[in-house]
Amino acid sequence: MAIVYQKPKALTDKPFHYCPGCTHGIIHRLVAECIDELGIQDRTIGVAPVGCAVFAYDYFNVDMLEAAHGRAPACATGVKRVNPNNIVFTYQGDGDLASIGCAEIVHAANRGENITVIFVNNAIYGMTGGQMAPTTLVGQVTTTSPYGRDPMSAGYPIRISEMLSQLEGPALVERVSVHDVKNVVNAKRAIKKAFQNQIDGKGFSLVEVLSTCPTNWGKTPQEALKWLQENMIPQYPLGVFKDKEAK
Amino acid sequence: MAKVTFNEALCKGCALCVDACPKGIIALSKTHINQKGYYPAQVEEMDKCIGCASCARMCPDCVITVER
Amino acid sequence: MNERILMKGNEAIAEAAIMAGCRQFFGYPITPQNQIPEYMSKRMPQVGGTFLQSESEVAAINMVYGAAAAGGRVMTSSSSPGISLKQEGISYIVGAELPAVIVNIVRGGPGLGGIQPAQCDYYQATRGGGHGDYRMVVLAPSTVQEAVELTQEAFDIADYYRNPVMLLGDGMIGQMMEPVTMKPIEKRELPEKTWAATGWDGKSRPRAILNSLFIDPAVLEQHNLKLQAKYAAMEKDEVRVEIDCPEDSEYIVVAYGTMARIASKAISMARAEGMKIGMVRPITLWPFPSQALKNCVTDKVKHVMTVELAAGQMLDDVRLSIGNNVPTSCYSRLGGMVPTSREIYEQFMKLGKGGNE
Repeated sequence: MAIVYQKPKALTDKPFHYCPGCTHGIIHRLVAECIDELGIQDRTIGVAPVGCAVFAYDYFNVDMLEAAHGRAPACATGVKRVNPNNIVFTYQGDGDLASIGCAEIVHAANRGENITVIFVNNAIYGMTGGQMAPTTLVGQVTTTSPYGRDPMSAGYPIRISEMLSQLEGPALVERVSVHDVKNVVNAKRAIKKAFQNQIDGKGFSLVEVLSTCPTNWGKTPQEALKWLQENMIPQYPLGVFKDKEAK
Repeated sequence: MAKVTFNEALCKGCALCVDACPKGIIALSKTHINQKGYYPAQVEEMDKCIGCASCARMCPDCVITVER
Repeated sequence: MNERILMKGNEAIAEAAIMAGCRQFFGYPITPQNQIPEYMSKRMPQVGGTFLQSESEVAAINMVYGAAAAGGRVMTSSSSPGISLKQEGISYIVGAELPAVIVNIVRGGPGLGGIQPAQCDYYQATRGGGHGDYRMVVLAPSTVQEAVELTQEAFDIADYYRNPVMLLGDGMIGQMMEPVTMKPIEKRELPEKTWAATGWDGKSRPRAILNSLFIDPAVLEQHNLKLQAKYAAMEKDEVRVEIDCPEDSEYIVVAYGTMARIASKAISMARAEGMKIGMVRPITLWPFPSQALKNCVTDKVKHVMTVELAAGQMLDDVRLSIGNNVPTSCYSRLGGMVPTSREIYEQFMKLGKGGNE
């Protein structure tokens, strides 16, 4: 018998600190599998965000930076401009990328910065205890929207992939999900393409991954996957929003 | 002929693998807890495993190794 | 290379940075430092470097963080309101122990303030500026030639200690044209950047993690102690000061940057009138030349006066250095107003008559 599936080499042996059933772990693994399969571990530099994935530098077995909240695309830009042969990726949550780091992601995308962005959208601030995120759904109850998100006062959930796809700069903008095996396989294909684009010098590639937060959603891991499928996907439809290659 | 191995110490008992298994042969232990304090996932009838790796693909904690 | 050329301060700083091996510049337009990014945008492509006009000062300083983490010799420049925006990033750069050079061509504040020369960011520069318990070497040139030298030194000091260094000028030094010689400074022995994130082969060195997060307070305390040890070393070895203080001086003026030039003219005028007056010009604002100043304050000294384009910010450091036994005061102009040497001279004369004590 041969091993057909195991923990990728681009992950360290440190156990994830994520809550049971949190899909951050799946997304970490997919990124690491892509790094392994593309043979780029020795030249990959990761940039960790502030949020639940703040300790990503402990998990990805590559050179890592820890950025200030929202600034990962700016940091990645700095790294990439010094050593263009490095493969540079950011791993950011929705608070980090879609709220405080909106300017940085928009302009990195607009410059067509040749980096790969993994954007994990779970519609809530996980690390700080379940506050409303820019991506929180209308009516969704969080610790700072206790009556449900009211768009009259808090605005509507922000669709980052659709927004960025309007820019000339990005090579790839795609939204995927990890709520079942089929979607996990598809998410990996998208992430791999986002890295391959960078290797080929095609420019800015972002994959938005819909993710769960069982703890702060107040659901079991199974219920959370179902909730993602039934509530998040209608607000955040899956698919390719921009692919320069496809033109 | 296939085999899955669970690195039980890493398991948080989220049971995402349980639902992912097309053969329905994975279940959380009812009898013991691991060092983390969870009921870990385990395979009950290994001979039915087809080595599809669906469980490993859904596992958020890199618990599962698949051989075929 | 050794010929004298006429250059604007801002451009001279930019060219000196290129000469020092700076190959990445990130910045955002703000008056009165715009000639630095403009010059860089022209020069960087010629030397194979990167000029990037960022979307904000916040982005610029985080690009600096990334470039420094990757081992680059990197600089950003701005003016007061923009430097405030960079404070978050500077704090992270300190925390992650990265070298970088930050130029502040100071203008009047607070808020949007004005665009005329000021020294009102002294506290911000010498007390760290951002959150956390940190310091950085602050270099204050008083001539364009000195700016050329200190800019180069700034990169070496930053690399040597793995800590950001600030070059603090004002609108005057940035905008004035003076003849300069673009000559390289003496080389300092610098450690290799084995810590940089350049791609990890798994064996030749530990994995690079450039980070300022230490969640365990015991570890964070150790990290802070390590930083404090670096600051102690800077205080010991990096003090720079110019002293023109005859032993019989009864009055001492402390001034830095362009104010030192104007004050120095006023001192010549006062000496011509027989006044026994000396000057101490801090070149490093942090570490402040406390001991050098203290040595000048003999029992003959009746008064120590700072001349600042700020409301006596440096006066605090003067008092911390010499205590309260000798009367001190500050002559200040604020908001971008610059005193003439005659105006300062008149202040000295008042002192001489005991009018300001």
